[in-house]
Amino acid sequence: MTSRDQILRNLKKQLTAGRSLPELVIPAESNSDKIEKLKTVLVSIGGRCIHAENWPDVVSKLSHIFPSPGRWLNSIHELETLIDSVHQPDPHFLEDVTVGVMKGHFAVAENGAVWITSDQMGDRALPFICEHLALVIKESDILPTMYDAYESIGASKYDFATFIAGPSKTADIEQSLVLGAHGPKSLTLVLLSVI
Amino acid sequence: MSSSSSVEEKQLDHAARAEVFNKDEARVDWHDQTLWFIRSKRDKAAHTLPEWEALREAASRIKGHVLDNLHDYLVEFEKNAESNGIRVHWAQDAQEHNEIVHRIIQTAGINQIVKSKSMLTEECHMNDYLAARGIEVIDTDLGERIVQLAGEAPSHIVLPCIHWKKEEIGVLFNKHLGTLEGNSDPKLLTAAARADLRKHFMSSRLAITGVNFAISETGEIILCTNEGNADLGVQLADIHIACMGIEKIIPERKHLGIFLRLLARSATGQPVTTYSSHFQRPRPGQQMHIILVDNGRSKRLGSKDFRNALKCIRCGACMNTCPVYRRSGGHSYHHAVAGPIGAILAPALDMKKNADLPFASTLCGSCTYVCPVKIDIHEQLYKWRQVLVREGHVDTAKKAGVSGMNAVLSRPLLYKVAGRVGRWVMRNFPSLTNNRFNPWYKQREMPQPPSISFSHWYRENRKK
Repeated sequence: MTSRDQILRNLKKQLTAGRSLPELVIPAESNSDKIEKLKTVLVSIGGRCIHAENWPDVVSKLSHIFPSPGRWLNSIHELETLIDSVHQPDPHFLEDVTVGVMKGHFAVAENGAVWITSDQMGDRALPFICEHLALVIKESDILPTMYDAYESIGASKYDFATFIAGPSKTADIEQSLVLGAHGPKSLTLVLLSVI
Repeated sequence: MSSSSSVEEKQLDHAARAEVFNKDEARVDWHDQTLWFIRSKRDKAAHTLPEWEALREAASRIKGHVLDNLHDYLVEFEKNAESNGIRVHWAQDAQEHNEIVHRIIQTAGINQIVKSKSMLTEECHMNDYLAARGIEVIDTDLGERIVQLAGEAPSHIVLPCIHWKKEEIGVLFNKHLGTLEGNSDPKLLTAAARADLRKHFMSSRLAITGVNFAISETGEIILCTNEGNADLGVQLADIHIACMGIEKIIPERKHLGIFLRLLARSATGQPVTTYSSHFQRPRPGQQMHIILVDNGRSKRLGSKDFRNALKCIRCGACMNTCPVYRRSGGHSYHHAVAGPIGAILAPALDMKKNADLPFASTLCGSCTYVCPVKIDIHEQLYKWRQVLVREGHVDTAKKAGVSGMNAVLSRPLLYKVAGRVGRWVMRNFPSLTNNRFNPWYKQREMPQPPSISFSHWYRENRKK
């Protein structure tokens, strides 16, 4: 008998009928001050939140934040003519990327997390390997809580997806917070005005 | 020869290890306060959500439902994961888990790998197993890397080097990473580790990770980190092996909306971890394996008293709040998972070896109070004590003490006389109790004995 069959046979004996799944918990969070809440939380976890009027404005605002020259890489169709796009199939060539720019689907006000799927990343390694990460969402795409986030994600298909809340961080040395443990040292969320 | 080797084999129990940790009183105070600080942050985060208790209740019931139906959910998960292009393996115990991992590494012809945090691989002693076969495992979580360089095991599941001072880490990094002597700035030390580990991320072709949640409905796994080390390792590797205990399953994706609201708030007081990554399909050209490990779990499901321990989502809140853990340190538990939850998980794996752990508790119940999935931890600690005594795993001195207490407490007259004698002795011959042979005198002063007993006082005062 294979290990699989043995484990499943042991578990079959333990099948218990009766207890059903509970209802989901509807959050008490209000919908009204989502932008302010998101900004406050994002800053508290080491992130940064800015506004942009349109796509060229995204680039100009980011250039202002990251003035020193470096390798910028982008996976946003609307920015193709302004910033280089991801082309290499091998993620190891992304190691020297200074600023990575990509779209997210939405941000979550209660924790500052941005939902981003692999089709938006250019390469799955880019959001983790670049030195600074900039995520762009529409200002109207802010959801109050993770409950709303999964309502929105629903049964959608993706190969890989992640919530990113602020820059990579650690407090493993005497609980001192240090930004940029392995991944990006900073995270900028750009809220794009809806025209 | 046999006597000396049996002495070596006999490991120190929790009390003996705690005594070693307690020698440095200033360090114990620091350790205690650091963990209490994290417990306070947890409280603050929990109190921001009016629905906190409803979330705990829902999480507990979802996990309970999964345990009732684990067979069906695992079969569904396997089917969905495989149709996503993930190879699923099953291991009955630690040995089989380690063999599967080794076989995959060997087939790929690799001798160095990166690994993010996985308590399961600690439980299986995988690093030692692979090291003995010439494979170097680089732990990439900063805290785990620190204890690995020091040749230690993690002392806390979320904060692996919570017992280390920055000055000591400075000395360690000076030796292993060539940082400047006397340098103990956390920023500089973290930067040195980042640069060193980046080289390993870039060169490693295989990454091992744990699993926080596995979704039956979609066949995907969720990994939560703050550092991004799991993601960086996986995305730069040709092969990803994710190791999980079979209890990590949750039924549907939308249930993450409950668990991700609880996990980081309970663990560190953060609103969510920096990264909550959902792996549904390997990247093009990449191999992805998931190993489902039983290692005693299916057996424990059959135990009504102890099965709820399998609800654990490894947040560590019970450790941060535990008055014993905070003052005895994680290593006093001699098990991969320390603290109150470790003390109810460990005896199920090896009753004889871990018989001391359920006694490392005051049964104050603080662990149960903070547990995000409402495991009745302190009640299980109490029940384990009864099982361990019944099965003959408790030493004779403890047994004699308890039966002596039983003899006195069940005889009211004897209890009264003994109380009077005790108070008289403590008043007139304090040195008989205030000495190093009395374990209650360690690290504390004995109380002033009252002049009369409570029942005496009550009789006198009731009349007034």
